[in-house]
Amino acid sequence: MMIPRHLRTVLTAVAFAALAVPAHAQLTIDMTKPSFEPVPIAITDFSGDNVGAEMATVIRNDLQNSGLFRSIPPGSFIERNINANAAPRFQDWRSVGATGLVVGQVSSAGGNLKVDFRLWDVVASNQAAGLSFTSQPNNWRRLAHIIADAIYKRVTGEEGYFDTRVAYVGETGPLNLRVKRIAIMDQDGANNRYITDGRTLALTPRFSPTLQEIVYMAYGENNGPPRVYLQNVDSGRRELLGNFPGMSFAPRFSPDGTKVAMSLSQDGNTDLYEMDVRGHGMRRLTNTPAIDTSPSYSNDGTQIVFNSDRGGTQQLYVMGAGGGGEKRISFGDGRYATPVWSPRGDYIAFTKIMGNSFGIGIMRPDGSGERLLSNGFLVEGPTWAPNGRVLMFFKQQPNSGGRAGSVTLSAIDVTGRFERQVPTPTDASDPAWSPLIPQ
Amino acid sequence: MRMIKAIAAIAALMFVAACSNNNEAVAPPSGATVTPGSVGDFKQNVGDRVYFDTDMSSVREDGRATLAKQAEWLKKYPNYPILIEGKCDERGTREYNIALGERRATSVRQFLIAQGVPAARIKTISYGKERPDVVGSDEGSWARNRVGVTSLE
Repeated sequence: MMIPRHLRTVLTAVAFAALAVPAHAQLTIDMTKPSFEPVPIAITDFSGDNVGAEMATVIRNDLQNSGLFRSIPPGSFIERNINANAAPRFQDWRSVGATGLVVGQVSSAGGNLKVDFRLWDVVASNQAAGLSFTSQPNNWRRLAHIIADAIYKRVTGEEGYFDTRVAYVGETGPLNLRVKRIAIMDQDGANNRYITDGRTLALTPRFSPTLQEIVYMAYGENNGPPRVYLQNVDSGRRELLGNFPGMSFAPRFSPDGTKVAMSLSQDGNTDLYEMDVRGHGMRRLTNTPAIDTSPSYSNDGTQIVFNSDRGGTQQLYVMGAGGGGEKRISFGDGRYATPVWSPRGDYIAFTKIMGNSFGIGIMRPDGSGERLLSNGFLVEGPTWAPNGRVLMFFKQQPNSGGRAGSVTLSAIDVTGRFERQVPTPTDASDPAWSPLIPQ
Repeated sequence: MRMIKAIAAIAALMFVAACSNNNEAVAPPSGATVTPGSVGDFKQNVGDRVYFDTDMSSVREDGRATLAKQAEWLKKYPNYPILIEGKCDERGTREYNIALGERRATSVRQFLIAQGVPAARIKTISYGKERPDVVGSDEGSWARNRVGVTSLE
C-alpha cells in the first residue's frame, strides 16, 4: 500500500465549544514524578462509520503503549451507543474505573472524512478537550494518531509523538550474507515499506528534524565504499552527499535541517566533517589520529556530541558546532557510544558497552546524572521521540548454534519504567524517529 | 585443542569452496594440491587472514608472519588486484566498528606496502560488524571475526 503520507488536502482542526462549564480538572499526569499510576481511560468506538471502530483501536494502542495510560477494555463499558454530542453518564464511567473518556463521531463532508472527538474528565464531570478534524478518507490512521496526540497533550501537558514515523534497518537472511534495507513505518508499526532495494548494505538512517527526509549510508556496488545519501521519504528522490575517495558514514542532520555532520575516513583515520545540504560545501570539525564518529547536534545547534577513542577507549565528547573546544563528558566504567542529544536539550542518550552487556542510558549534557534505562546482551542505537520523553533502540539476542539471534526494536520512556517491543515484519535495527508529521 | 580442530575443519571447507568458486578441479580427499599462483594456493599455503585483539588494529606477532608470507607471494604473482577487508566482532557499536574495521584494513595494507607490495595494487574496505565470518556469540567466534582478509577476487 503506497498511500502518499502527506495530506493532499489541508487538514483542518477546530476546537469546539465545551458542553459543560470547565471546573478543576482531575485528568492530569505529571510524568516527571518518581512514581505515578497510568491514567485509566475509556475509548469508545467512534460512531457514524465502520472506520470509527478502527480509529478507536489505533488510539487505544497509542495511549496504552505510552505507558502513561491504561486502556479500559471496551467489553466492560456500561453506557453503550453513546451520543458524541451529549454529556455522558459520568457515574457509569466512574463505575468502570475510568478517569478519562474519549468519544467520537465520524461523518462524510464533501468526500472528506470529518471526525469530531471529545475527551471527558470523568472525575470532574466536564469536557477536557473537543476537536474536529477533516481530511481525506485514506488518512484515517493519521487522524487517529493526531487525536491520540491531542489526548496525550491535554493529560500530560507535553507534546505528543504518535503522528510520527520510524525509519530503521530491515534485516533478512543469514548473518554472513545479511540483506539490510532501509525501511520506514508509522511509529505503531503500520504502513511498513522499504526505501532501498537491498542490493548493497544500507545502514544508519537518520531523520531530518524539519522535513520528511532521511540521511543514511549505503555501500557501493562491487565493494565500493560506504557513502552518505539523502532521500525524501514521500517522493523517493535520492541524492548522494559527496563523492569522497574513502568512506563517508555516520550522518546526522543539524536541528534546522540545513547541515549534515558525518565521518570521513582517510588512510584508516576517521574525523568529523559538516556538509551544507544545499551547496555540499564541507567544513572539517575534528583533526586527530583517533576515531571520531557518531556526531549529534544539540537541540539549539550550537554544540555537537560525538564518540572518540582519543583517550584510549571510546568515550563521549562535546564540542562547538563549528569544531574546537572538545571536552570529555563520560567518565563511568566501560565504553560510551552513539550519543544522541534530546530534542528538549535536557539529556544525551547513549549506548554503554560494559564487560558482558550493553546498556542504553541518559546523562545531562555536562555528563552528570548518568542513568541506565535498559540493558541486555546487545542493546544499541537510541533515538528520541520528538517530545524527548521516549527512546527507541535495538536489541540483539546472542547467536547460537550457527543461527543469528533475533534483532528487534524496543521503546522505553525516559524514566525507564515502561519498556516494550515495537513490532516489525523482519529483524530490525537502528531506528530513527521522525519529527511530528507536518499537518 | 577443540578450537584448533574446528579451525582446521573450517580452513578445509574454505579451501573446497575456493576451488569450486574458481571452477578448478575439486581436489581429491587425500594429497590435496592446488595450482601454484592460484587463489586457492594463496589461501591454503599462505593464509589470507590475520586476527586482531579486541578494539585493537595493530597487527599481532602471529599476523606479521602471515603478512610477510602474503607479501612474498603477492610480489611473485603481481597481476592480482588486492582488496583488504577489515571486520569486527559484534561487541561494538555499528558506526564505531565501521571506522575500526577501516583501521584494521589499513594496518594490513601498510604492512604489505612496507614489505614491498605496490600501494596502487591494494584497496581497502571496512565491513565493521556487518559481515561476520563466523556466526556465534562466544569468545572463539568473536576472535575469528576480528579479522583482516586479503581478498584477490
